[in-house]
Amino acid sequence: MTQNRDDKNQLLIDMRDIVKRFPGVLANDGANLTLRRGEVHAVLGENGAGKSTLMNILSGLYRPDSGEIYVGGARKEFGSARDALLAGIGMVHQHFCLVDIFSAAENITLGMNEPRVHLNMANIEEEIGELGRKYNLGIDPHARIWQLSIGEQQRVEILKLLYRDAQVLILDEPTSVLTPQESDELSDTLRRLADSGRGIIYISHRLSEVCAVADRVTIIRGGRNIATLELEEIDEARVANLMLGADVSDFVQVDHTKKPGNVVLEIKDLDVTSDRGLPAVRAANISVQAGQIVGLAGVAGNGQKELAGAIAGMRAVDSGIINISGKPIAGKGTREIINEGVSLIPEDRTGTGLVTNLSIKDNTILRGYWKKRFSRGILINWKEVEEHTEKLVEDFNVVTPHINEEIWKLSGGNQQRLLLAREMTSEPKVIVASHPTSGLDVQAAMDVHNLLIEQRDRGAAILVISEDLEELMTLSDQIIVIYDGRVTPPIPATEADRSELGLLMMGSGVKEQV
Amino acid sequence: MKIKIEKRLDAPRILVILMPLVAVIIAFVISGILIATTGANPFAAFDTMWKGAFGTTYSLSETIVSSIPLMLAGLGVGIASHAKLWNIGGDGQIIMGAFAASGLALFYPDLPRPILIGGMMILGFLAGGLWAVIAALPRIYLGINEIITTMMFNFIAGFWVSYIVQGPWRDPILVGFPFTAKFTKEAWLPRFFGTRIHLGLVIALIAAVIIAILLYRSKWGYELRVIGGSLDSANYAGINVKRSLLLAMLLSGGLAGLAGMAEVSGILHRLQEGIAAGAGFSAFILVALANGNPFGIIVSGFLLGALLTGGTSAQTMGVPPQIADIMQGLILFFVLASTFFTRYRVKFDRPELKSANVESGD
Repeated sequence: MTQNRDDKNQLLIDMRDIVKRFPGVLANDGANLTLRRGEVHAVLGENGAGKSTLMNILSGLYRPDSGEIYVGGARKEFGSARDALLAGIGMVHQHFCLVDIFSAAENITLGMNEPRVHLNMANIEEEIGELGRKYNLGIDPHARIWQLSIGEQQRVEILKLLYRDAQVLILDEPTSVLTPQESDELSDTLRRLADSGRGIIYISHRLSEVCAVADRVTIIRGGRNIATLELEEIDEARVANLMLGADVSDFVQVDHTKKPGNVVLEIKDLDVTSDRGLPAVRAANISVQAGQIVGLAGVAGNGQKELAGAIAGMRAVDSGIINISGKPIAGKGTREIINEGVSLIPEDRTGTGLVTNLSIKDNTILRGYWKKRFSRGILINWKEVEEHTEKLVEDFNVVTPHINEEIWKLSGGNQQRLLLAREMTSEPKVIVASHPTSGLDVQAAMDVHNLLIEQRDRGAAILVISEDLEELMTLSDQIIVIYDGRVTPPIPATEADRSELGLLMMGSGVKEQV
Repeated sequence: MKIKIEKRLDAPRILVILMPLVAVIIAFVISGILIATTGANPFAAFDTMWKGAFGTTYSLSETIVSSIPLMLAGLGVGIASHAKLWNIGGDGQIIMGAFAASGLALFYPDLPRPILIGGMMILGFLAGGLWAVIAALPRIYLGINEIITTMMFNFIAGFWVSYIVQGPWRDPILVGFPFTAKFTKEAWLPRFFGTRIHLGLVIALIAAVIIAILLYRSKWGYELRVIGGSLDSANYAGINVKRSLLLAMLLSGGLAGLAGMAEVSGILHRLQEGIAAGAGFSAFILVALANGNPFGIIVSGFLLGALLTGGTSAQTMGVPPQIADIMQGLILFFVLASTFFTRYRVKFDRPELKSANVESGD
């Protein structure tokens, strides 16, 4: 490759007609993407739109079923992330790939072939320090990873790529774990990197952020690029429509005129501790009425997981009250709480909600196999389970050749429909749905929304936990915001304002209100 | 040429069935080469092994006899494996089961036969089961790797029984041998057809049926399979994980204990050193071959028993007795290795083609 590094219009990356299939899912369906030298290029799309798959292909983690990738004009095929890195393409994943007990400098050099014999850490640390100063990525190279904040860990990841002289940096939702201040610093870093002649691909689903830092935006929906806009062409409403498809909201209709019933789920002064022993939920007050959907908005990691776990009985309650129709359940076991009529759709669909190496049939009784209907003494009444499963699969449109098929063979949408089917078929009083549409395509997400609304209209009290404001504003009767374990009083969805909610999610104003 | 390895999205059924067979064949080929290096003719050796295992009614019956402890211990390892619990302590549990059963036979020789044998079974089961449970407590309550603890308990059990048979319980008549006095006939398991095949075979077959029912039909078996699939899911289902795992370990060790009881009561008629003979480890081969299925464990237990019996008779033509053990190891190795091919696909890329593409891209 003997190209001129100063040529601004030269394409660093040109991906053409990328197709990638997973079992039951067409993740990329003829996607195209170009990246110019010296630009920050945002890739926008809903969860499950195919943007992560496309980026994983570019960074060598997946191989496309068809399509071509040109790097600096030359056709490339990557067999691994190392191949991609050798071609100058590196990715910072949402979940960092760092060794906790190694120092920052050790992590940065880890896996490199050079130097072969003598590792002169002092020199390496010097170089890292220099890179850090140049791009506003200051870290202590001696510090162990576990001593660093999340923001600093992200810097280590970026330095790792720069140290390997990556010309193309892909960042997957880099701000989802950052404080607002860290996000600003990251924007500055990205600008400096772009000005140095590198190309940055920035995956996000947050429009405002994208406007602040990107030179161009590509919108991906249904596995393909819908449009690529220059910065001056970006208009929030237009982008939202492109992202979601013009007519999405037509399909999901919530009748807000219907009056909700009595309070079913009542949480008072709830304190819950995280796995790391830190306060995760602080003096939270939430109440959900029958026939009502309350949306809990917040950036991931602000106590949502612990709150859901506490309601479902999977996590100890430090203090406070959780009542179901007046009956206290705080501190009771998971099974008792299930029997009280509480359903949980966990955030971690395939690690918690479903057992992926077991069959559909096995999974439909995960939260009810002890019930009279499915058991005969110490045995399980498989005939009844099979009939029940057949009915669920049919009623909830789970596409599968057989109910003995293992879960991992189903697409994400089918998995989630099955999970919802199981959690809803017992006609629960309370449904806690944690990120119910994450990773689903638009159609599957809509199915999930409609199912939740059906349950609401049946009279269930529903708490939907999500990061996706669009989702919450479409679904909810009321919205509350959680930040650092504290929740705001409810805001009627009809009065809720996107940017105001966004501010609350970022922590401005929450403490004053509590 | 470049070799690429890709994850399979779906393993063809035929591959899942064929792979263990291919693995066994490769193990035989390599064993054949080994036999040839010892100077024997491998084909003649395999022929002798075949005849030694299946050739006569006597050899067939001996094959069955040697497969009984393998089957029982294999069922035990198998049930725990469904909960991703690895009980490497089969040998120790066999020994402790034999020890407890022998205690009853030696000290209460006058009990009526059904009570004596029934009591020996119960004690054998409980001793093996508790031995396994104790070793697994650190895993269940503290998260300490049970592979290490269960294995260490093998040594404790082995040396304990060594001491017992040479010390307090040594045979008062044949002094100096590492075994106890012979049991009274009341303590002998009934044998069938004039061979050494004893009631242990029936126990193993019944155990397989019970384990299959527990595993695939009972609520507890369902819980074990969920625990093996994902601990988070088990908590989400409100499963009492500790209790389920304790029960799994009790049953797992109990079956090994029964194997020990069956050996002393059915074959040896006394407690002696080295009765486990590695059956607790061979059990893993059965579980790997059968993928944890109880009936598969019975079938592969029979095949492994044939290998052991055949290996013994191959000694007559100068093949070292260790060959059968080496073959066991090879089979386990290749079976485990073969699972790689059911999970991944290997592709061969021709470089000429690729470079041509790159040039046209330029």
